[in-house]
Amino acid sequence: MTTGHGPGPKFAIVGAGPAGFYAAEALDIECPGAEIDIIERLPTPFGLIRAGVAPDHQTTKTIQDAFEQIAQRPNVRIVGNVEVDRDVTIAELAQFYDAVVLASGAPDDAPLDVPGGDLPGVYGAAEFVGWYNAHPDHAGLEPLLDRDSVVVIGNGNVAIDIARILSKSAAELATSDIAAHASERLAQARISDVHIVGRRGPLEAKFTTVELRELGELEEAVAVAESHQIPDAVGSDLSPRDRRVKGKNLECFKSFAQADPSAKARRIRFQFNARPLNVLGNGRVEAICFERTRVENGQVTGTGETLEIACGAVISAIGYRARPLGGLAVSATGDRLTNTDGRIAPGLYVVGWLRRGPSGKIGTNRTDAEEVAALIRSELVVGDKPGLAGLKPLLASRNVRTTDYVDWKKIEAAEIAAALGGEPRRKFATMHEMLAVLGA
Amino acid sequence: MTYVVTEACIKCKFQDCLQSCPATCFYEGENMLVINPEECIDCGACEPECPAEAIMPDTAPDAAKWVEFNRKYSALWPNIRKQGFVPDDADDWVEVEGKLEEHFSPAPAAR
Ligand SMILES: Cc1cc2nc3c(=O)[nH]c(=O)nc-3n(C[C@H](O)[C@H](O)[C@H](O)COP(=O)(O)OP(=O)(O)OC[C@H]3O[C@@H](n4cnc5c(N)ncnc54)[C@H](O)[C@@H]3O)c2cc1C
Ligand code: SF4
Ligand code: SF4
Repeated sequence: MTTGHGPGPKFAIVGAGPAGFYAAEALDIECPGAEIDIIERLPTPFGLIRAGVAPDHQTTKTIQDAFEQIAQRPNVRIVGNVEVDRDVTIAELAQFYDAVVLASGAPDDAPLDVPGGDLPGVYGAAEFVGWYNAHPDHAGLEPLLDRDSVVVIGNGNVAIDIARILSKSAAELATSDIAAHASERLAQARISDVHIVGRRGPLEAKFTTVELRELGELEEAVAVAESHQIPDAVGSDLSPRDRRVKGKNLECFKSFAQADPSAKARRIRFQFNARPLNVLGNGRVEAICFERTRVENGQVTGTGETLEIACGAVISAIGYRARPLGGLAVSATGDRLTNTDGRIAPGLYVVGWLRRGPSGKIGTNRTDAEEVAALIRSELVVGDKPGLAGLKPLLASRNVRTTDYVDWKKIEAAEIAAALGGEPRRKFATMHEMLAVLGA
Repeated sequence: MTYVVTEACIKCKFQDCLQSCPATCFYEGENMLVINPEECIDCGACEPECPAEAIMPDTAPDAAKWVEFNRKYSALWPNIRKQGFVPDDADDWVEVEGKLEEHFSPAPAAR
């Protein structure tokens, strides 16, 4: 491994998720000869590919292979187990690197801001998904899944992922890499009904058709919708793209509205036009109350009519929040850093969810990173910066045990070796276990 | 498992599909794109983006011959990462049938 102090530009990327990898690739193309260090707080790279994308969507996770090819380029290095703000500051990185690119995502849940929203049994999607995907921050969640019903609030693919994981049989999950603690808890749970509740109607929902269709093909659960909530056709005011996409979603909802709720042992129930009023319960979640809504001119208004659903847990998948890394300004929406086309300050840039907010698929981050890399090249001033040769001694002086790509492969090999039955791997859920593999 | 580009793409080539692909697995012929089945991660992101509805999963009826077609031409054509030149008359070709026999060009895109 070169810890060079070569003549090329030195780039630090903060966060080894999709945006970080695409930024590394794009900078390598834009600025040949650059040395690129990807700083990541976990010893395991890939961000939400590992910790967000559903454990039963293994083919989507194979994008990891493309990122590994980037990681193996001789001028690209992963500097893992290093958390910016805790172990090193952005100002320090700026001393060592010609440009710093922030790619640390939007990892926190938008709060469910209603009375009772803090009762035990209310979870945010980031923590719940992190729990079933063995993210070390959330592995200890121990969610209450001891009643028949769970309510998932939100109308995006994350809500569908959560409902599907809660509704799949042990056999269906056997080929996933769901955290062992989660599959055990789900096997003990006896959830019969998962309600997916959205503020707006079926045509405003952000689900993709592929995810909806999958709900129609589950072994033990049937997807159901209420026919009076499903319109006959999509509006003619939509763009051609929306008409196409919403039209396909509508076909799914229509078939769900025809489905027999007792056809299988469990149900995933779509409930539209309802916004949360308050979570009810004595010391824990026992029910949640919604107000019926109407959408007028794109605005959601309450009708005064209410709907109560008895449930043991509420999972809100209503969006994410960015962290104010380095004390930098967060946008008014709370979900990204304030930036102009990816630029925060001279030499300081942002890509991915932290730039655009938490929406878009994996590939959206590629186009995003390519734009910012072109901007970086156009503004680049190459000083005599040391890059990793400067950063390493500083981290060592602070007793930070950094990990690299080879370490990740050792952790991965241990996870694959520990897999049982049809599992692709058995994930470590704590930093301690990961570092133990490395003898640290 | 892969998604494939089918006949409807011929002479349309809107290239809206490219933007969303995480795996940069599209390859460009003179008047059509194809997907490399070995590189596609089967995420489905491109399918809804195609105005010609030319993209389908390999599980769709009829898809088998298109998998072979995509495999063959992705090996012969150059990789395309970003939207390039979109033909002016792209919209006129969306509904046309029988394009494979009449209009398909096996030539790689000129670069
Ligand atoms: C539940 C869920 C499911 C999804 N499923 C899909 C799907 O099936 N298909 C699809 O196309 N898209 C999916 N997405 C979207 C996709 O995951 C995102 O578009 C993408 O991950 C965003 O990339 P990012 O690099 O900006 O952020 P992230 O993936 O969040 O990566 C950020 C990285 O930065 C690291 N980091 C954070 N803070 C620091 C710090 N202080 N110092 C150092 N490192 C730090 C994190 O550990 C992480 O590795 C899903 C998203 C979620 C939430
Ligand atoms: S969007 Fe559809 S028609 Fe256009 S190039 Fe892609 S596959 Fe072909
Ligand atoms: S399915 Fe996904 S990986 Fe495959 S071509 Fe489409 S966007 Fe690319």
